[in-house]
Amino acid sequence: MNTTIMLFLVQDGITNGAIYALLGLALVLVFAVTRVILIPQGEFVTYGALTYASLAAGQMPGTAKLALALGIGAFAFDMVVARKALHLRLVMRSFLTNIVLPAIVLALTSYVVAQKPPVAICIALSLVIVAMIGLFLYRVAFQPLAHTSVLVLLIASVGVHLALQGMGLLFFGAEGQRGPAVLSGSFTAGALRFTGQSITVYGITIAFIVGLWLFFGLTLYGKALRATAVNRLGARLAGIRTTLSGQIAFLLASVIGALSGIMIVPITTLYYDSGFLIGLKGFVAAIIGGLVSYPLTAIAALVVGIVEAFSSFYASNYKEVIVFMLLIPVLLLRSLAAPAVEEEKD
Amino acid sequence: MQSRLPIIIFAAVMAAIPFVPGMPPFWIVLLDNIGLAALVAMGLVLLTGVGGLTSFGQAAFVGFGAYTTAVLSTTYGLSPWLTLPLSLLVSGSLAVLLGLVTVRLSGHYLPLGTLAWGLGLFYLFSKLEFLGRNDGISAIPPLSIGAFKMLSPGSIYYAIWVAVIVSALLTMNLLDSRTGRAIRALRRGHVAAEAFGVHTPRAKLLVFIHAAVLAGLSGWLYAHLQRAVNPTPFGAQAGIEYLFIAVVGGAGYVWGGVLGAAIVVVLKEVLQSYLPLLLPGSGQVETIVFGIMLVALLQLAPGGVWPWLMSLLPQSARGRTPDITLKLDDRVRSPGQSGVLLQVEKARKQFGGVIGVNNVSFDVQAREIVALIGPNGAGKSTTFNLITGVLSATSGSISVLGKPVDNAPPQEIVKLGISRTFQHVKLVPDMTVLENVAIGAHLRGHSGPIASMLRLDRADEAKLLAEAARQIERVGLADQMHQLAGSLSLGQQRIVEIARALCVDPMLLLLDEPAAGLRHMEKQRLATLLRDLRDGGMSVLLVEHDMGFVMNLADRIVVLDFGTKIAEGTPATIKTNPEVIKAYLGVAA
Repeated sequence: MNTTIMLFLVQDGITNGAIYALLGLALVLVFAVTRVILIPQGEFVTYGALTYASLAAGQMPGTAKLALALGIGAFAFDMVVARKALHLRLVMRSFLTNIVLPAIVLALTSYVVAQKPPVAICIALSLVIVAMIGLFLYRVAFQPLAHTSVLVLLIASVGVHLALQGMGLLFFGAEGQRGPAVLSGSFTAGALRFTGQSITVYGITIAFIVGLWLFFGLTLYGKALRATAVNRLGARLAGIRTTLSGQIAFLLASVIGALSGIMIVPITTLYYDSGFLIGLKGFVAAIIGGLVSYPLTAIAALVVGIVEAFSSFYASNYKEVIVFMLLIPVLLLRSLAAPAVEEEKD
Repeated sequence: MQSRLPIIIFAAVMAAIPFVPGMPPFWIVLLDNIGLAALVAMGLVLLTGVGGLTSFGQAAFVGFGAYTTAVLSTTYGLSPWLTLPLSLLVSGSLAVLLGLVTVRLSGHYLPLGTLAWGLGLFYLFSKLEFLGRNDGISAIPPLSIGAFKMLSPGSIYYAIWVAVIVSALLTMNLLDSRTGRAIRALRRGHVAAEAFGVHTPRAKLLVFIHAAVLAGLSGWLYAHLQRAVNPTPFGAQAGIEYLFIAVVGGAGYVWGGVLGAAIVVVLKEVLQSYLPLLLPGSGQVETIVFGIMLVALLQLAPGGVWPWLMSLLPQSARGRTPDITLKLDDRVRSPGQSGVLLQVEKARKQFGGVIGVNNVSFDVQAREIVALIGPNGAGKSTTFNLITGVLSATSGSISVLGKPVDNAPPQEIVKLGISRTFQHVKLVPDMTVLENVAIGAHLRGHSGPIASMLRLDRADEAKLLAEAARQIERVGLADQMHQLAGSLSLGQQRIVEIARALCVDPMLLLLDEPAAGLRHMEKQRLATLLRDLRDGGMSVLLVEHDMGFVMNLADRIVVLDFGTKIAEGTPATIKTNPEVIKAYLGVAA
């Protein structure tokens, strides 16, 4: 084995692993707060990436319209739920966030897209669009099911994944796209070449991990989210709006997903359906992290990335088999190490 | 058990369908597909809906069944009828293998673990040379009987639906049995089931195998229907689809699986054939609409369509009262059931730095009611858990009838004749009182799963139910026998737990706060019952906070405080013990 090749593989693995880490974190976050196993996380990735690539290429992304459509749906849901007590303030607030905001973004997008916007604006718009989709999605699909079992939420999650993936094909077509680099330039250290893009990936991943850690450890909202995760009813009794917690979780997850997408689309070509597999690998990391621990998830993600890099070099045919089978021994160890806590399921 | 009439009608209707004049052949194809999906979904109903084990990997078992027959009937030229048992055997034994790895996983690891190996196996199917890689295997021979070859969808239709109906009957028989009750108790956690001798990992493995064999059967039929296999229908997507078939239909109901299969297969077909007419030129619209409809359906009926439909039908008051003259054999008793039944010697339990139980020693004699009292957090329930094997002691010893039982699992403790109730009621709320109580007699029955499926267990089953009914009458809940346990008041549920514990035919009964939530009269009745039990030769160890109840009932009292025994004696001496008064009321008293 050649040291240079090994270093390359490790570097490649770390770059991919950093993305998996971000996705893993988002999955852990959403699961902990809402009990939803967020299969559509992969769609947030592709939506972010392809919206960014479309904007940069001067094409109107369909996701902006989807955000408005979902917003209208969310507004309707809000109104139906509140039909018995329609206060003007409530209606206005819902109208502003669910309809006016996405409408403005849609208008802005269609204006900007004609001007060949700079990279920063493309990134900002893509993030906002996907964030809104995430937020409204929670309102429309998951909030009405918040009281049901993990299984029902999971199936709903699958339904959302199918719908979003289908729409992805509609919006972006079957061809893959690539976006412009977020940070151009590169430097070499020994045999290794570091691109600005890969440095961005590392930087943002670390920033997010630290940020989430601070958010959950130090802020009141972070603590409220954790409280919701532990006990919904208890959190409600303590005055925490559990729907708000869910919204924050989905918002964060969609932003993280979109950001991951924007970071990888300059490196690899993404297709409308690439997200599923990327998301699943984030998943593998999240599971290894036990769906609770952020630092463990990050480390696990790096391991997944590196294992993937090495197995694609040595046994590319069995790459996926190896990555997914990696889980079994880990899961086994975990559940043997921590004996089952009695669980009362409904 | 429900009347068989609806099933007979259903079977007759299904048998008649191909003879309906003008029946489009395409509908038969759809029905074939529904049947295939229903078989897998039925397994998932048992696994997920009833047993609480969510699996995304069922498609892989369909794949095992299909590939086994494909390889054997093409490469080796075996007759499809010979490959049937082999297909089932392959899926079944791989289920044992994967099950041993997976069913031990707890909580959310389990579904994720199944997703992982589901995906892994899919990629394996598409990479292995002898399975034809991505192209799969074609030219699989059709099923045939003599010279009659089941080449058309209409001819294999009967094979598929006979398989569906027979499997449904066997599955329902299994659920309505001793093994079935153990499976149904799984979803509510392990502790209660294990306290009555259910070997939960084995029960889980059993449902896992059952579901895998059904999936393998579906795969075998699929291979001979399509007469070609490739990896696509056995991937993660398919695994997820089977799961939502089960959820849409109603995950706890065998017929829900069949209904769910019908809904999903027909819905997909309708969407695929009609949506392009409405929205021409846009591919994948059916996936979008399908996904949205799925979410909408779940929001409207989160419990699934079958229970919703059933709730529309008039409810027939069901439940035959068992013939209580039937007698179950007594539990085999060890000789010398007199003197000290239970001896706890310096039992200690540490949770990290916290000492839950600190070198506690006491004993329980034959025909004695001993109360374990103490303020909250004194270590009473922990002591119970040490005795019953739910927790293992850090040090010290516990012996029953002079034999040390240190750290034996709950299943072994109950065999010694020690049964218990729980501080937090652990009944299966969607099972009747009778069925819940019958779990207590689990170890006194003998019929296994195969006998249950084939209904060879009826004599044994009748005795078990008779015993359960007798105990229910004994505790005074005969009127509630056929109600769902979840519909009873908390106090009554505690009494049901006592009946369940009595079904063990115990020599020592451990009751954790039996009087909590009971009204005055009910408490008196409970006290009378416990005295009767003692006079009949049983010993009782109880944890209770109601001092009036304890002082009037107990022969002896052991007082714990902060995990340490501070006093022991008759009610009269305990009442005046200064240590006890201090523990309860503080120093000033």
